[in-house]
Amino acid sequence: MSVLFDEPGPRARRRIRVATVLGTLAAVALAVLAVRQFAANGQLDAARWQPYATWPMWRYLLTGLWSTFLAAVVSAALSMALGLLLALGRLSDRRWLRLPSAAYVEVVRVIPALLLVYVVLFALPRYGLDLPLFWKLCVPLTVSNAAAFAEIFRAGINSVERGQTEAGLAVGLTRLQTMRLIVLPQAARRVLPSIVSQSVGLLKDTSLGFVVSYGELLYSGKVLAAYNGLLIQTYLVVALVYLVVNASLSKLARTLESRQSVSLRRRAARA
Amino acid sequence: MSVLLDHLPELWQGLIVTFQLTAASFAGAAVLGVVVCALRVSPVRVLRAIGTAYVEAFQNLPLLVLLVLSFFGLPEIGIKAEPLVTAIVVIAVYEAAYVGEALRSGVNSVGKGQGEAARAIGLTFSQSLRHVILPQALRTVVQPLGNIFIATAMNTALAAAVGVVDLTAAANRVNLIEAQPIPIFVGAGVAYALIAAAAGFVTGRLERRLVIIR
Repeated sequence: MSVLFDEPGPRARRRIRVATVLGTLAAVALAVLAVRQFAANGQLDAARWQPYATWPMWRYLLTGLWSTFLAAVVSAALSMALGLLLALGRLSDRRWLRLPSAAYVEVVRVIPALLLVYVVLFALPRYGLDLPLFWKLCVPLTVSNAAAFAEIFRAGINSVERGQTEAGLAVGLTRLQTMRLIVLPQAARRVLPSIVSQSVGLLKDTSLGFVVSYGELLYSGKVLAAYNGLLIQTYLVVALVYLVVNASLSKLARTLESRQSVSLRRRAARA
Repeated sequence: MSVLLDHLPELWQGLIVTFQLTAASFAGAAVLGVVVCALRVSPVRVLRAIGTAYVEAFQNLPLLVLLVLSFFGLPEIGIKAEPLVTAIVVIAVYEAAYVGEALRSGVNSVGKGQGEAARAIGLTFSQSLRHVILPQALRTVVQPLGNIFIATAMNTALAAAVGVVDLTAAANRVNLIEAQPIPIFVGAGVAYALIAAAAGFVTGRLERRLVIIR
């Protein structure tokens, strides 16, 4: 049990039963209310949902989902690489590396991603840099997520005990070798859950394709809704797809985390 | 620079809207977040399941999808409201999932013995919550709540994508008229950075005053 209560006694169990009934009733009432609201506005007609039982609709949406994945994977790879460089820069003992990396991370963290998208959409073309649609989405996502990944990697590198670096240097490895062969592999394993959950955030950010008009899932939904006029149905289906994909990824992050804490505990027990 | 001064009224209006969105939706998220946290730590399984479903749903849906769904979908089933109000409610509902999780981790960080001791000396559930658990839990969540506040301020920019004229949208409009992107977007970026810096300063002060070393 949690910090808040002990094993319930007879009276508490009675209260729990009452709360169970009331909670269930409230949930059911909410669902009934929603369904009635749909029905009252004629949005429950079979004809308005039928299209989403057909393959061409799903093929179109799945193409959108594929583009979402493509944008997410490319931005994730680029922003992880950039983030690693920034983290190493921020931890370096050379000032000219440390200051710009720290400045980048601190500045980008407090700028909304949409503002970066607008910069790429409307500012860069004025200076002769008109990127293809795909990169108009990926560049701002990379720029903003690199800062987040940099902080994750920095936390991971800092969590590796100093003795590891000292031992590496003592056996004659250079600083770079120590980092690459000893510190980074350990750090990467420790921050894996944070990396996965940040990647879920990145996947959520790809919905900015709606603004860029890059054909990812949300923008595909917009096009579809404009074409068939089934606004709420389309956006609900799109939301459901996002929910399923992201919930599975989040589950993966939690699994990784629990596994890791088990293996850490085992190691502690052995020591 | 003169572009910013020429269009100061519009940009200022946008900044006010951003403030309104941030303050109102964070206040809403705080209230709703307490409810979500209470659901998730309650001894009743059904309530716990409702809380978990809420958190899972809103942490895994992109905010922009929720905004688009509410702005273009809900009117179809007869739910209409002012754009600003809709945006505030949607952002509050979305951030409440994060606030709830932050609060829950705070409650879980309080030692189990504290609750047992409170009950052992005869405090009721609400007394032990008010005098023992919450004062300790709230101190550990100052920093996470500050981060959620900053994230909320950044996320309000998404309202611009569905037609609320906040700072981001105002900057974009001014840029379309004047075509001087650098001063305009840098100016908007500085304004957001100042909001975040102010929030960071306040949480830093609060934390130093409240934090307990264990």
